[in-house]
Amino acid sequence: MTVPLDVGPAGVDRVALVDLLDRLLAGGAVITGDLVIAIADVDLVRISLRALIMSVRDEVLEEEAL
Amino acid sequence: MADASATAVYLYGVARDLDPGRLGETAGVAGTPVRGVIVNDLTALVSTVRLEEYGEDALRANLEDLTWLELTARTHHHVVEHAARIAATAPVRIATVYRDDDRVTEVLRQEGDRFAVILDRITGRSEWGVKVYAHLDQAGPEAAAGVPGASGGVGASGGAGASAGAGASGAGTAYLKRRQEQRRRREDVSRRIAERARSLEDELRDHAVAVRRHPPQDPALSGHSGTLISNMAYLLDEERVTSFRAAAEDLDRRLTGIEVEVTGPWPPYSFIDAEETAPGGRR
Repeated sequence: MTVPLDVGPAGVDRVALVDLLDRLLAGGAVITGDLVIAIADVDLVRISLRALIMSVRDEVLEEEAL
Repeated sequence: MADASATAVYLYGVARDLDPGRLGETAGVAGTPVRGVIVNDLTALVSTVRLEEYGEDALRANLEDLTWLELTARTHHHVVEHAARIAATAPVRIATVYRDDDRVTEVLRQEGDRFAVILDRITGRSEWGVKVYAHLDQAGPEAAAGVPGASGGVGASGGAGASAGAGASGAGTAYLKRRQEQRRRREDVSRRIAERARSLEDELRDHAVAVRRHPPQDPALSGHSGTLISNMAYLLDEERVTSFRAAAEDLDRRLTGIEVEVTGPWPPYSFIDAEETAPGGRR
């Protein structure tokens, strides 16, 4: 049993957040902005993924508590 | 502290030969309209944001807030995707913020050559994501059987368990042996499936101009029950998209216990990297 391929154009609603963050946090041209100089690339990825993981865990915990 | 009314400029990406008029009513990350800052043939896609939300301290805190991060990421993506449909567009990293339009103009002048190289590379191409999942529990033996060189039959573990159980050492030992055997078989199946994933990647690579491996995703985030054994991005010439997708579908159908998931087209986020695209460029 296989899940059908995601064949449509990557519409905003259909894009999984995790796939999007794979690309947005580690992809795109790195040019130094004026205001976020202290946030290194690696930090950005780490910070955001930690937020994501913690948020997902919280949701799971909440569901279990119900 | 930033003045509440102070603003900055958020940069989404840089397009070539894009008429900003064609952006229409696209809204940016803070709800303000997206506009173009033009230098020669390059158009920087920007929108105005408040420092209160996008200043350095605010950004640091906001990036930890998943709701904020998701909204920003989706809006950033929406803007880039919209522009990419109209003209070749090189996205920039999320949360790239400048003081004002003049600074963006300056950056376009400084980095123009680099963007030209990047844009040359991605024009007429799109990115496609391919994730390969293995369903080890449901389809382990079958999946292994589908792999050339896999000889372990479905009955193998039953036989091992039975012979162990026949010994005098009792049920405990038999149980442990059975567990050991199961673990060995699972490892064996995993290894073969990993090999299959590599050959599958090679097969799809033939269609692509460039390939990039993404890190494995936490199952808690993807919500997928299978084991992710490959998470790749492929940069394709437009005329190769059809054959690439056909190949991926074929692999998905052909391989038992293996699920091939394709996403796209994506703006070429994964193929902007300066090291690959601009020798001597900064990274």
